[in-house]
Amino acid sequence: MTSHVETTLALKAEAQELHFYYGGTVQALKGISLGLADRRATALIGPSGCGKTTYLRCLNRMHDLYPGNRYEGAVLLYPDRLNIVDQTVDPIEIRMRVGMVFQKPNPFPKSIYENVAYGLRIRGTTKRSELDGAVEQALRNAALWTEVKDRLHDLAFNLSGGQQQRLCIARALATGPEMLLFDEPTSALDPTATARIEELVTELKQKVTIVIVTHNMQQAARVSDYTAFMYEGRLVEFDRTEKIFTNPSNKLTEEYVTGRFG
Amino acid sequence: MQRHIDLELADLRAQILRMGALVEEQIEGSIKALVDRDVDLASRIIERDTLVNNLDVEVDENCMRLLALQAPTAGDLRFVTTAMKISTELERMSDLAENICERVIELNEEPQLKPYIDIPRMANWTMRMVRECLDAFVRSDAVLARKVCADDDFVDNLTHQLFRELLSFMIENPGTITRAIRLTFIGKYIERIADHATNVSELVIYMVEGKIIRHLAPPALSDKNS
Repeated sequence: MTSHVETTLALKAEAQELHFYYGGTVQALKGISLGLADRRATALIGPSGCGKTTYLRCLNRMHDLYPGNRYEGAVLLYPDRLNIVDQTVDPIEIRMRVGMVFQKPNPFPKSIYENVAYGLRIRGTTKRSELDGAVEQALRNAALWTEVKDRLHDLAFNLSGGQQQRLCIARALATGPEMLLFDEPTSALDPTATARIEELVTELKQKVTIVIVTHNMQQAARVSDYTAFMYEGRLVEFDRTEKIFTNPSNKLTEEYVTGRFG
Repeated sequence: MQRHIDLELADLRAQILRMGALVEEQIEGSIKALVDRDVDLASRIIERDTLVNNLDVEVDENCMRLLALQAPTAGDLRFVTTAMKISTELERMSDLAENICERVIELNEEPQLKPYIDIPRMANWTMRMVRECLDAFVRSDAVLARKVCADDDFVDNLTHQLFRELLSFMIENPGTITRAIRLTFIGKYIERIADHATNVSELVIYMVEGKIIRHLAPPALSDKNS
């Protein structure tokens, strides 16, 4: 399969022959080579167990949290060509540059303000005015500011599900990441909250590279510029989203996007 | 895996075929009305155009519903959008059959100008193109669709031939001008029907191969890998 789509766009990250093993034995990724265009949204689609979430989690070393997991190959983060999966590279540094938003909103049991300020505090920012400014900016970028500006010190759990998810996006944005990873960000939300998150993704990609894993094919079609279809740990097809949904090259992709399997 | 959308797409295909069959009857009837100088038949065909118009609307509504509710993608999406466009092409063909009948009624006010030879030949050729472009749609047959595109040249040539012949009548005897012009129109209508059959074939090629060949020069059209 060709992973190189005709594009003049710069890449933000690029997997090169990436293999991944869970617990050292189960191979979940079998040689993925996939470039992610800078300040564009790339959707990862495929049936359950195809490796899309595994791939996403490689991009900020989420798998390091469990023992025995093993990476082979490389994931280069541009422009400095830092190999994300190189074990000598500090995952904390990676996660500052590559943020993640999960399936279910998972705010910390703290106030709205402290949730957003958290990443900055552990980075050593203590100055109140600096924190205030950064928190406001992150909340604005996550389209949440006007809804929470009068209750910044309320507990984050008092927000609705959709607001909590946007809070998690603000939290991820606060450290100024270059790339944001979304793992099924709207699967626990209602259609209105989903639409807001999708709008937000469309806005955010002007500044940040977005990678989104979704089971909702229409969501992938709506928000992404590029789509990668994965199956059984391999990349089957990668192309412009428009091409994948109107005229995919691979028969397996066609069958998946038309709902014949998966 | 049998999908619900497959049943819906099969219904849509059947709807297009019903419309196609009706349009073929309209074209065939209009030529018969010309050759037989049958004003009653011509009038019936003009009335029957409404049925085709209604089917056009039904196909459109069905496609809109499918797009909204089933959100088809890839091959399914190309099928639905192609069906929508084919319906418009068929509706135009039926309009042209109606136009032929209008000229037939006018022509019957005067004696027949000449024996009709080329017009029925053109019409037969055109009707085959219409039938084949619909077969190509139903069977997703891009090879047959390309053949229909190529066949259009024959109809174009006959149209020119017919025009030259009628021109000679008009030069010789200005008293024939009204009838000759009406027959020229009929030739043009048939030629347009063949053009619509070509359009349908081009749409079928898009549906099958995902490649837009409309508005391309003929060599690109015949080259499969262009």
